[in-house]
Amino acid sequence: MRVALFLTCVNDTLYPDTGRAVVKLLTRLGVDVDFPMAQTCCGQAHYNTGYRHEAEPLARRFAEVFRGYEAIVTPSGSCGAMVRDLYPRMGERAHAEGRGDTLARTLAPVVPKTYELTEFLVDVLGVTDVGAYYPHTVTYHPTCHGLRVLGLGDRPRRLLQAVKGLELVELPGAEECCGFGGTFAVKNPDVSAAMGTDKVRNAESTGAEVLCAADNSCLMHIGGTMTRLRTGMRPVHLAEILASTEEEPAA
Amino acid sequence: MSATFVGMPGFPEFPSFPEAAHEAVRDKTLRGNLRHATHTIRAKRAKAVAEVSDWAALREAGRQIKDHTLRHLDRYLVQVEEAVTAAGGTVHWAVDADEANRIVADLVKRTGEREVVKVKSMATQEIGLNEALEAEGIHAYETDLAELIVQLGKDRPSHILVPAIHRNRGEIRDIFRSEMSAWGRPAPEGLSDTPAELAEAARLHLREKFLRAKVGISGANFVVAETGTLVVVESEGNGRMCLTLPETLISVVGIEKIVPTWRDLEVFLQTLPRSSTAERMNPYTSMWTGTTGQDGPSTFHLVLLDNGRTDTLADQVGRQALRCIRCSACLNVCPVYERAGGHAYGSVYPGPIGAILSPQLRGTGSEIDASLPYASSLCGACYEVCPVAIDIPEVLVHLRERVAQGGQATRGGNKVVLKPAKGHAAERTAMRAARLALSHPGLLRGGQRLASRTRRFHPRSLPGPGKAWSGTRDLPALPAEPFRDWWQRTHAERGGQGGKDGAK
Repeated sequence: MRVALFLTCVNDTLYPDTGRAVVKLLTRLGVDVDFPMAQTCCGQAHYNTGYRHEAEPLARRFAEVFRGYEAIVTPSGSCGAMVRDLYPRMGERAHAEGRGDTLARTLAPVVPKTYELTEFLVDVLGVTDVGAYYPHTVTYHPTCHGLRVLGLGDRPRRLLQAVKGLELVELPGAEECCGFGGTFAVKNPDVSAAMGTDKVRNAESTGAEVLCAADNSCLMHIGGTMTRLRTGMRPVHLAEILASTEEEPAA
Repeated sequence: MSATFVGMPGFPEFPSFPEAAHEAVRDKTLRGNLRHATHTIRAKRAKAVAEVSDWAALREAGRQIKDHTLRHLDRYLVQVEEAVTAAGGTVHWAVDADEANRIVADLVKRTGEREVVKVKSMATQEIGLNEALEAEGIHAYETDLAELIVQLGKDRPSHILVPAIHRNRGEIRDIFRSEMSAWGRPAPEGLSDTPAELAEAARLHLREKFLRAKVGISGANFVVAETGTLVVVESEGNGRMCLTLPETLISVVGIEKIVPTWRDLEVFLQTLPRSSTAERMNPYTSMWTGTTGQDGPSTFHLVLLDNGRTDTLADQVGRQALRCIRCSACLNVCPVYERAGGHAYGSVYPGPIGAILSPQLRGTGSEIDASLPYASSLCGACYEVCPVAIDIPEVLVHLRERVAQGGQATRGGNKVVLKPAKGHAAERTAMRAARLALSHPGLLRGGQRLASRTRRFHPRSLPGPGKAWSGTRDLPALPAEPFRDWWQRTHAERGGQGGKDGAK
């Protein structure tokens, strides 16, 4: 199976460790993973901020770059949701605007082939025990688009529960948004920060060392709040936990 | 005695959402009140919904009934007019708030009365009816307990269902003690803040108003087209008093409140109470069809209100907001509402539904209305709980596009091309620049490398507009190299597609 890693622009630029972790994890599970160098950004920030027309060329580029692969795997719930949920809508809107179905037809092939990492592991590869070792206390925050748009359900939790040495503790108010929300974080900084603080306080109350999520954008906000509040907790992407083994433990 | 609150049309004086929220998030009492109230009702609603095995089907049925009715609204409105008239009522048509207020004021004046009692009603709040009546020398008394608290406190409602949600018991006792005497029967001596005593004080205060009033004013939750029947659902019974005791009843109802048949109520009378008060069935459901001999009001007027609804209906994406049955489940579950409070939304419709209704009913011209579509992290909790499946995040993003980019809209029944709102020029340029850079991986890579190589010089917090982020959050540390450089170093020899630098 030709599997492409759609890393996302945020991870490529700021969180290469997450990308390396996905490559390590998938390779360990026998997947031949490729990183098409022509990939850039899915257009989510443009779309969600009200710049749908600027997002369209990025969506077309995405479809062009990834269409030859059998599966497209991304370690981001929100970018995965952009492709799966919003690309079809972009096509419909273009049609409703009298621009025909070219955009819809261009985007359609990549939509069903795009998987968020935990979906790919559980649904496509059929594994929940990925042979990981991570001797830490972890609490899990389900990010909104993974939870509500993609419907990841208990997949991330099942994967975490199978990790050797990992103690998973429940996060109070887990399903409440952390307050990142893309440009929301800077357009409504007070509310965003208040939500972030509540999320971090809830995380702290679990006594866990690590807050885990499957989306680094949310973790950037939560982690930035954690250090500002001097909590001593760390944000870690799920992929980095799953990539960690006894032979090569994560830092 | 006049309230400070004026209706929806023309309140440009409201600050933008972020400005209003800046104050609200720092108000510890408000935060505490809202957190307690929303979390309590949130949990109860989840339980009430979970015990209905066919909730998803009911939600879908509600969506379809509303969509069907809105699609054929022209026909159903005429049917309502015919049925209400045949049942002895009189139907009036109001294109906007001013017209609706004028109609109601004239109807009250014709009775010779100077006082009216009111059933809790969002439509009359929307048009600022109380203030319009006051200007004509007519006193309107709110009889819903929470609306009474808001009116006595010269306050603004902050929630659709629980307008005084921002108040705690101590604050309510203080309002009753100091304000009730100016409006009628004073609060009893030594009033405490126990719910029973507060309710008894309100009961005594309101009872004399019910018994004296000759005119009642209401809204309606539903209007059944086939019979012209209006439906009000409530918890307290105060509405039932207003609907049955006065001689004249005037109901102001938004045109989207119609359902075609009685059968359709079976869906909404299940979904509305569970979604709003988390009850299996609300305590009082009042239904009336025109007038009936000596039973109840002898004169009945129905004022059908447009006030921006036809314009909203013309928008393919935005029209789903008209499905709303005002349950307020979206408010109770919204993390932004919980922290900013209802007043920050500058409208009688706060929360997620307000953020998509107000900018459509009022347009996006004012500062508050142009900021409302951004008052959401797009977490989707509102859509998940909505009993008529309004995809609120979808409409928010659609309205962001209208604010940031302008484009086609309908205002006052005419197609117009809106200009982008002020203050988005820099963002527009940045979005375009980002799109261009992201369309050329070489440019993206150049930027990434530059950022990585200068990373030691990057501050952890930013000056100027960057403070919006770094005022409360540290910036992430930049890595030594972007992922794509690592990939090319380590995987280029494989010669696969990934090895080729498609960046050029």
